[in-house]
Amino acid sequence: MEFETVIGLEIHVELSTDSKMFCSCSAGFGGEPNTKTCPVCLGHPGSLPVPNRRAVNDTILLALALNCDITGCSIFHRKNYFYPDMPKNFQISQYDIPISSGGTLEIDMGEYTRTVGITRVHLEEDTGKSVHVGESGRIHGAEYSLEDFNRAGIPLAEIVSEPDLRTPDEARKFMQLLHSTIRYLEISDCKMEEGSLRCDANISVAVDGSMGTKVEIKNMNSFRAMHRALTYEEQRQRRTIRDGGEVVQETRHWDDARGTTSPLRSKEEAFDYRYFPEPDLVPLEPDEAWVRELREGLPELPGDRVRRFVSEYGLSREIAETLTGERALADYFEDAAGKGQDPVAVAKWIAGDLGALLNDAAVTIQSCPVGTGGLSELVELIDGGVISGKMAKDVLKEAFETGNSPRLIVEEKGLTQIADESELDTLVDEVIEENPGAADDMRDGKEQALKFLMGQVMKKTRGKANPKAASDIIRKRLT
Amino acid sequence: MDIINLDALAIAESIREGEISAVDATTAFLERIREVEAIVNAYINVSYEEAARRAEMIDAMLAEGRDPGPLAGVPIAVKDLLSTRGFTTTCGSRMLENFVPVYDATVVGRVGEAGMVMLGKANMDEFAMGSSTETSYFGPTRNPWNPDTVPGGSSGGSAAAVSAGEAPWALGSDTGGSIRQPAAMCGIVGMKPTYGLVSRYGLVAFASSLDQVGPMARNVGDCAALLGVIAGHDPMDSTSIPAEKVDYQGRLDGEVRGLKVGVVKEISSRGIDEGVLERFRAAVSKLEGLGMEVGEISLPSFEYALSAYYVIAPAEASSNLARFDGVRYGFRASAEGEDIWEMYDRTRSIGFGSEVKRRIILGTYVLSAGYYDAYYGQARKVRTLIVKEFERAFRTYDVLVSPTTPSVAFRLGEKVDDPLTMYLSDMCTIPVNLAGIPAISLPCGLSEGMPVGFQLMGPALGEATVLNVAYALESELGFDQRPPIGRS
Amino acid sequence: MAISMEEVEHVAKLARLALSGEEKEAMRCQLSDVLEHAHRVSEVDTEGVLPTSHVVPLVNVFREDVVRPSITPFEATGNASWAEEGAFRVPRIL
Ligand SMILES: [Zn+2]
Repeated sequence: MEFETVIGLEIHVELSTDSKMFCSCSAGFGGEPNTKTCPVCLGHPGSLPVPNRRAVNDTILLALALNCDITGCSIFHRKNYFYPDMPKNFQISQYDIPISSGGTLEIDMGEYTRTVGITRVHLEEDTGKSVHVGESGRIHGAEYSLEDFNRAGIPLAEIVSEPDLRTPDEARKFMQLLHSTIRYLEISDCKMEEGSLRCDANISVAVDGSMGTKVEIKNMNSFRAMHRALTYEEQRQRRTIRDGGEVVQETRHWDDARGTTSPLRSKEEAFDYRYFPEPDLVPLEPDEAWVRELREGLPELPGDRVRRFVSEYGLSREIAETLTGERALADYFEDAAGKGQDPVAVAKWIAGDLGALLNDAAVTIQSCPVGTGGLSELVELIDGGVISGKMAKDVLKEAFETGNSPRLIVEEKGLTQIADESELDTLVDEVIEENPGAADDMRDGKEQALKFLMGQVMKKTRGKANPKAASDIIRKRLT
Repeated sequence: MDIINLDALAIAESIREGEISAVDATTAFLERIREVEAIVNAYINVSYEEAARRAEMIDAMLAEGRDPGPLAGVPIAVKDLLSTRGFTTTCGSRMLENFVPVYDATVVGRVGEAGMVMLGKANMDEFAMGSSTETSYFGPTRNPWNPDTVPGGSSGGSAAAVSAGEAPWALGSDTGGSIRQPAAMCGIVGMKPTYGLVSRYGLVAFASSLDQVGPMARNVGDCAALLGVIAGHDPMDSTSIPAEKVDYQGRLDGEVRGLKVGVVKEISSRGIDEGVLERFRAAVSKLEGLGMEVGEISLPSFEYALSAYYVIAPAEASSNLARFDGVRYGFRASAEGEDIWEMYDRTRSIGFGSEVKRRIILGTYVLSAGYYDAYYGQARKVRTLIVKEFERAFRTYDVLVSPTTPSVAFRLGEKVDDPLTMYLSDMCTIPVNLAGIPAISLPCGLSEGMPVGFQLMGPALGEATVLNVAYALESELGFDQRPPIGRS
Repeated sequence: MAISMEEVEHVAKLARLALSGEEKEAMRCQLSDVLEHAHRVSEVDTEGVLPTSHVVPLVNVFREDVVRPSITPFEATGNASWAEEGAFRVPRIL
């Protein structure tokens, strides 16, 4: 039996508009229950929706970033079903005429690339939040639930991928790239833990080329959870098939603590959303000028930027991906690299030590105390032999902590390397004189002696001697 | 002065001239309400105290020389389907028996800004679903012309209130004839404006693509004035047309000579009672007398208008009424140990009356998988044909005419158990809603002692012409009879 | 266009209505009548006709992304038959 895993993703992104999709309530996260509500988002009788221009704008922007076609005339539909987090018991969404369709997103897996189809990007409204009260704290076994509609009506962009992904690794890569793409567009903060980025997956296992049964996986709240859930589910389905069983078409819930999926039991077996055109809203017809303006205003997106960083700066793909994960970080790199130093070295310092410092201090690159000029200076000091790589680590740390420029730190602390030959000559002579045995060994061609003598030079200079210059002099003297 | 028999604009003038106070006007109508409500039941809730307080406030403003609005102190009845901040809004349903809205409908705000005083919330068929005001949870309204008959519906309370002198004018809403049909049956004037001319914000939705708020009054002049107050763009309603304000009342000059009138064959012969047809034809000849050219036109898709309507309206209603679930507002049936689904089921089964449930079931059915295309999809195409036929007709005719209703007011209980027959009483008014165009009903005489309504239809945003023709016809007909209710 | 009892029950479930046996039967009969009338729409030749959802000739109606004050928590839950800690309390979902 030959297995092939087939994965499609459905992603919901809360757009970070100031106000909600159809009313003027704040779209900010959290708050005391029902303090960000009004007749519209509580579904009071007689209230009517009016769409938020920026939400439409940002959805078009996202669709363009994913190479979608923008629909000339799209409409909103009502999706009808009862649920207590739904103020109107229907959700305003889009159905067969979404605002965009037919896009792609290319992921680079190292050994190969894959172009993943984007079926559609559409716009809809978020639901409220239920807090389940009871011993379990979960919907199962809850005594009752409390409904908060602060989130109800926040604009949601829904992205549906084609079932083009073949492994959990690809799915994770797709989500990471999508995440950074959305962050580049500055249309959502994309926080999975706050629910502003949500992902459901459809996964099936084809056997010897014949299609498998689709299972929907919900409740994957991080990239890691998604990867684990898909890996688990892939194995479960393969095992089921291998054991002669049949995969059931169903929705399964990922339990992150247990590391398993289980069928999502629903008391509501009757599902028929009865979609019909939302009569309270008029069609969306984004004109060419609007779409053109957005298209022209698109920033360089992370996928393209990775490719350019590799070809233009000679970076490795891994480092390019790290640097392009956040738009501001990539901008920082380009700015620093533009100051004349070796871009590969600049990239290594940003992705390495600076990244670690930022991480430890929980500081974003935007408020990094070391400016791009300072970072470039640091690389210049190393390249010019003024300080060693090891010294540079301390200098960077100090620059990060004090905000002083690396050059200033080096000067003030007298950290400058001793590269002056006459000074080194004297030092080496002293060391040879003090360690005649080692000097003899060196003359006999024993290379370990060089290391010992170098150690002595460093000890005398408290590490400030330029190692290459010092070892050259020792060799010259003793061979 | 016999205030309750004055028309609304006359009341406004008397107050402006200082002949009567706002309190006088309000008191006179509140007294009339006390006198006849036991029979008519035109109101679900009367705002005795609030109205009196507001009238006093307006008098105080006038005394201080401040401007309380162009129609200061004129009382008005408001259909209980319009949201009124701080004042119970029931929609004629047990579901909302104790519901107090937190906001005013845009039109309620506008009549308030014009200085009007709300007398109370008028009775109606539950959620506007009905043609007789018998489906109200708060008991039927009776026709002031004959209390054994219905006032029509769903704005039956508004129509009866105006007819019985319980209000000089009123706001109604019209989804398939709910302003015009009761106006016809109660012998008053009622107008459904162009879809989008009047804001729907705060109008509790029945069928969103068909609903419009409109004026109901004793004569065409008042009707035009009230329309002028409520019409106009509202940014809270996405379907509101950003059109220029029109002074409808100022444009009434009765000059209609040379205009072309088309009698719509499909709704002006078959299925219409002889007595109604007689009054209708007499009125048509009056139009000829006014120098208008009269012709007959056939609009064949009208045969299917009622069918299309009874697919589209319930479909939208089934979705609009899903929000009434006992969670955020309104009636809730709770029992120990039940889950939310049982709570929903029982709340909605007890909270809604049978006509509402019937339409929810019907609407859910026509939208459900497997039936959507045959019913809802097809009905929307039939709607297109009706729109196109009207457009064609208005290329030739300035206005189209028909009787408003196939019969005069029928007896209470006569049709309530036979939905289809009840639905047929809207056959003449429904095509107008499907096309979104304006139409007015004005009384054109009596048949069997009951009022007969004459319907005038115009092209989209053709209100001024429709009103002007109605105005000319009204003077020509000279119908000024009042119902016998409460008269000694 | 007779509608079956099962269809009435299925649709009632979608619409969250619990109907008594009597109500269901009455509903079935009346709906069959109405549906028969409604089904006349299928007699019309609509070849090439586009469906109408809106009669207003409007597109792209938007509001700007501006926050305005919400209603008070008291107003938000004031009409609810059971509110708790500012939220709407509902019976168990499962
Ligand atoms: Zn809101």
